Amino acid sequence: MTRSLRWKGAAFTVPFQLGFVFLYLLPIGYAVHQSLYHEQQSGLGLGGATEEFVGLDNYQQGLTDSKFMGSVLRVVLFACVQIPVMLAVSLVLALFLDALTSKAASRFRIVLLVPYMIPGVVAAIVWLNLYSPDVGPLTPIGDFFGFDWNFFAPSMVWPSIGNLLTWHGIGYNMVIIYSALRGVPRELFEAARLDGASELRVALSIKIPFVRGALVLTGMLSIIQMLQIFNEPALFRNVTPQTVDDSFTPIMIIYNQAFNAGNYHYAATLSVLLALILGVASFLFYRLTSREAD
Amino acid sequence: MTLTEERGAKARTVHRLNRPDPAARSRGGQRFLLVGLALASVYSLFPVWWLIVASTKDRTGLYQSNGLWFSGWHLWDNLEQLFTYEDGIFLRWTANSFLYAGVGSLGGTLLALATGYGLARFQFPGRNLVFACVVGSFLIPIALLTLPLYLLFSEIGLVDTPWAMLIPCLINPFSVYLAKVYTEATIPYELLEAARIDGAGELRIFFSIVLRMMTTGGATVFLLAFVNTWNAFFLPLTVLRGEENWTLNLGLYNWSGKRLESGVDLTSLVLTGALLSIVPMAIMMVAMRRYWRTGVTLGALK
Repeated sequence: MTRSLRWKGAAFTVPFQLGFVFLYLLPIGYAVHQSLYHEQQSGLGLGGATEEFVGLDNYQQGLTDSKFMGSVLRVVLFACVQIPVMLAVSLVLALFLDALTSKAASRFRIVLLVPYMIPGVVAAIVWLNLYSPDVGPLTPIGDFFGFDWNFFAPSMVWPSIGNLLTWHGIGYNMVIIYSALRGVPRELFEAARLDGASELRVALSIKIPFVRGALVLTGMLSIIQMLQIFNEPALFRNVTPQTVDDSFTPIMIIYNQAFNAGNYHYAATLSVLLALILGVASFLFYRLTSREAD
Repeated sequence: MTLTEERGAKARTVHRLNRPDPAARSRGGQRFLLVGLALASVYSLFPVWWLIVASTKDRTGLYQSNGLWFSGWHLWDNLEQLFTYEDGIFLRWTANSFLYAGVGSLGGTLLALATGYGLARFQFPGRNLVFACVVGSFLIPIALLTLPLYLLFSEIGLVDTPWAMLIPCLINPFSVYLAKVYTEATIPYELLEAARIDGAGELRIFFSIVLRMMTTGGATVFLLAFVNTWNAFFLPLTVLRGEENWTLNLGLYNWSGKRLESGVDLTSLVLTGALLSIVPMAIMMVAMRRYWRTGVTLGALK
């Protein structure tokens, strides 16, 4: 490739590079910079504010902030329950689809993908109303079977949100696992069957190990999303602010620090911390799940 | 492979395609599968069904009748209310959502195609670094970008203008990643060489050959970007203040909180609005089914 051609090729990427610097690198740098400063009110707060360099003080505050670390822990614990459940259901459905004729499978696949097409905010609105004791059908159904369930009670909020996320995510995860499954040569399954393996055995010992990569990937994407969960709790807060307080998830805390408390420096610090936590979590998950595969 | 072997393999393939997997061969096994999938389908569909039914009811019907079945037909009244409430602000939000998602994704797709093409078909210094930035940015949490972006935008006076939504849409690393993958699959080096020998300039090659050959890939990139912007919530919540610039999502979020804030019950409007905001998604998804399915699977391979 000649020199001038190289530069012409590079020119195609220049607009993106400039945009990337302005919309990604600059904001991240700005956040890191802000996280090292503190706003100092001079006098009685009448003389305006000055910025004072405080080094890593904000980080120390963030790491010992029980509200922030509590919200991280809350989301992580929740992820440990919701993600395996969602992936297990998606996996079972993908295995079911795989055993059907392709025509029947494609019909079910479209139906199961319907929730994925619905915007997250709308999905949350729909489920909020389904849960609602006033207009939702779930309360009368519960009455009929003798359950007295309150979906907005403190002990029920996470299961309620978890159900919403599971409903929204099953189709997408199922499609990914299903396509991985279709990529496996069928002869492998045939051979096992000829050797007398039962269908369950074929699924457990051959099919599932083959879609391991897809499971790791969907798991990783779900973890990244979960640590940043915001829309669903924000909408739940609209209905039941006593249960879902404004420090329910890490991003809610960050948003509040920035826009309600006006403490941009601390909000920036917590954003950087969350990014680091996210990086560590993805790395650990990847290491843990890929070790056995080596 | 000898001829007979080949024929045998072909026969096996045909045989295999016409026959369900053995798990489904036994009648009981198949029934088990169908019941399982039918239950999952009911779970997937009943909330949507409920939403459709609910938006045909008036307030009394909404609160007093069985949620899963119709009671009276008030869809037109609800729509009229929705479109006239607060001087038709809902229409304004719809137009905004279309503007941000449409224009933003179109610009973002063009930029992504150019970048993906540059990355895939040219060797220039720094290429690997640019690509590393693209992939690395998938891991950056949205809060880390959005808050400082808000501050930067407010310093240059862009907060609360449509630009605050449109500009971030132009730079989409995931679109760039997809565009690079599609370029690698569809644009052969030989073709570019031939065009160059014929004397075509690089810009001309991009606009009249590459873009044309990338229609399918470009459509997928556009569709996914459109859906993403249409669904966006945190960015508009952060950078848009006045309600005349809001998106549908932001408007519905605000309405759903009104009951608590001021005691105004807008449930009926929220539900009809929610149903309407799904319609464009559904139309696009159905119309572009073959594109977005590849998008979903490719999206997972990143």
